Amino acid sequence: MLSCKEVTRLVSLSYEKRLSWPERAGVRMHLLMCRFCTRFAQQMRFLHAACHSFQQALQEDDTIYLSQAARLRIHHALSGNH
Amino acid sequence: MPKQPQTPSSAPDTWLTEHGDALYRYAYFHVHNTNLAEDLVQETLLAALIARENFAGHSSERTWLIAILKNKLVDHVRKQAREQPLAEYAENEDEAVEALFAADGHWKRPPSLWETPAQAFEQKQFWQVLTRCIARLPVAQAHAFRLCEIVGREGNEACKVLGVSATNLWVLLHRARVRLRQCLEIQWFGRKAKVER
Repeated sequence: MLSCKEVTRLVSLSYEKRLSWPERAGVRMHLLMCRFCTRFAQQMRFLHAACHSFQQALQEDDTIYLSQAARLRIHHALSGNH
Repeated sequence: MPKQPQTPSSAPDTWLTEHGDALYRYAYFHVHNTNLAEDLVQETLLAALIARENFAGHSSERTWLIAILKNKLVDHVRKQAREQPLAEYAENEDEAVEALFAADGHWKRPPSLWETPAQAFEQKQFWQVLTRCIARLPVAQAHAFRLCEIVGREGNEACKVLGVSATNLWVLLHRARVRLRQCLEIQWFGRKAKVER
C-alpha cells in the first residue's frame, strides 16, 4: 500500500509523464480509501486548470501597465529600426 | 487595396499601443522587475519587426507577439540558470514539503476542503493571489513551474533550459505544486476552508 506522501508525488508526476500500470493502480486504490489524497488530487486539477487560464487573465490585469516613459523609449527604439 | 496575408494586419507603430500593456503584464509576471520587463517588451517588438514576414496570420497578432515574448523569457531563464545552477535545489530536501507528512508518510497537515473553487477564476483578486504565491516559491521551483505550467514548454526543453535532469525537474515541479496548493489554501480559500479531521 502506497503512503500519502508517495501518492501525492505520483499524482503530481502524472502531469509530467504517463505513470506505469502498477503506479496507476496503486494510486487509484489509495484514492478510493483516502479522502485527503482525493482532495489533494482535485486541488492539483484545479491548479492545473488555473494555470491554463492564467495567460488570458494576466493580460487583463489593468493594475499593471507600461509607464509613459517606457512607452516613449520603446517607441523611439522601434522607429529607429524601420 | 490589395491585402497582404503574410504580414500582420496593423503596422508596427500600433503594436505598442495595442499590445504593449499585455506584453508588459506577461513579462512582469515572470521577472518581477520593471526595467527588465520593459526591456523584454522592447526586445520582443524589435524581434517582431525583423520577423514580420514570418507572421503567417494563423494566430492573432497578440498571440504571435506573446509567443515571441515567451522565447525571450525562456532565453532569460536559461541565462539565469547558467549563472546560478539549479540542480542542487532539487537534490536538497524542501522542509516546507517534508513538514506536511509524518515519518510514516501519512498527512500531518491534510488538505482542507475548498469551497466553490470554480468561482475563483472569475475574480480578479484570485489571479493576483496566484501571482503572489508563485513569486514566493524558491527560485528553482518558480523557474520550473513558470516554464512548464505557464509558458507551456515541454519537459525535455525545460530540463535543457534549467540545466537539470528530468528527475530533478519532476522534484521541483512537485514541490512547487505542493507549496502553491498550500499558499492558495491559506491566501485564497483560508476564510472559506473548513477545518476538519
